[in-house]
Amino acid sequence: MVVEGAPRERRRAGIRRGVPFGIAVFAIAVSFGVLARPLMGPVAPIVMSICVFSGAAQFGALAVLLAGGGAGAAIVAGVLLNARYLAMGLALAPSLRGRPLSRAAFAMTTVDASWAAASRGDGTFDPWYMVGVSVPQYVGWVLGTVVGVSIGRVIGDPNALGLDALFPAFFIALLFAEARSRRRLAAAGGGAGIALALTPVVPAGLPILAAAAAAVAVSKVRS
Amino acid sequence: MTAVWVTIAALALATAALKLAGPLALGGRTLPVRALGIVELLASALLAALVVVETFGEGRSLTFDARVLGAAFAVVALTLRAPMILVVLGAAAVTAVARLLF
Repeated sequence: MVVEGAPRERRRAGIRRGVPFGIAVFAIAVSFGVLARPLMGPVAPIVMSICVFSGAAQFGALAVLLAGGGAGAAIVAGVLLNARYLAMGLALAPSLRGRPLSRAAFAMTTVDASWAAASRGDGTFDPWYMVGVSVPQYVGWVLGTVVGVSIGRVIGDPNALGLDALFPAFFIALLFAEARSRRRLAAAGGGAGIALALTPVVPAGLPILAAAAAAVAVSKVRS
Repeated sequence: MTAVWVTIAALALATAALKLAGPLALGGRTLPVRALGIVELLASALLAALVVVETFGEGRSLTFDARVLGAAFAVVALTLRAPMILVVLGAAAVTAVARLLF
């Protein structure tokens, strides 16, 4: 829950909320490190996790490179998978006050779980809370990648350990916390339907962005 | 190897640009009420789409594999109010066991 109070308290509350996310993200990052090591070597996956900090884009780009695609195709895949950040940034913008540099600093900490957790439910966001929730996830993401590239050869195939199921479980947990009204459930149902319908038709990433249309449609229905 | 580093640099810059575009362009201005109504529903729609893609997606096709059992476990565990970490690691365990058995 988003709390009231001084920025420091709100950030601390966010960090507490973010710890379980951080542990989950750590496990996901281990599987990224394991999968990336054979192609990228030991250093590049860690640099990528530090600089890109996005599970969807990193797994997406890696999948293209592993399939023999070039840098161009990998970049397009990663950008499409992260295109939702454009919509999330537009939603977040009015809640960020202050000078451009400070707004930019807050905006850079946006990741799915933090953005969703920092939503006050009335269309506004608590930026300090969002920063807090992101901290454990960033630590977990980078540390997990380090562990993944280090123990890759011991683990072997991460999918045999079911690590590819970490992602859906992570997003299901976020959705459970978020979809707590009939209108939000309707938006979730619509978004899921759009993603199902479009996945076989358009490049990866676009179905997720297109799901925003469900939010637009439900918002037009009178409550 | 060059392709790897080019990909990393480009994605780092592109992701930052996507995150920054809205807040830098709009500033602290408030959105119209109708836009706020959309924003309030956006997370639910995008998260549900991510669930679908991560559960059934395999590149540009839909598949039905052991991840579905892991996802189903996550739904049941969350309904029973299990903590996040149990939900996520349990889903991986269920998926691993399913792959071992079938």
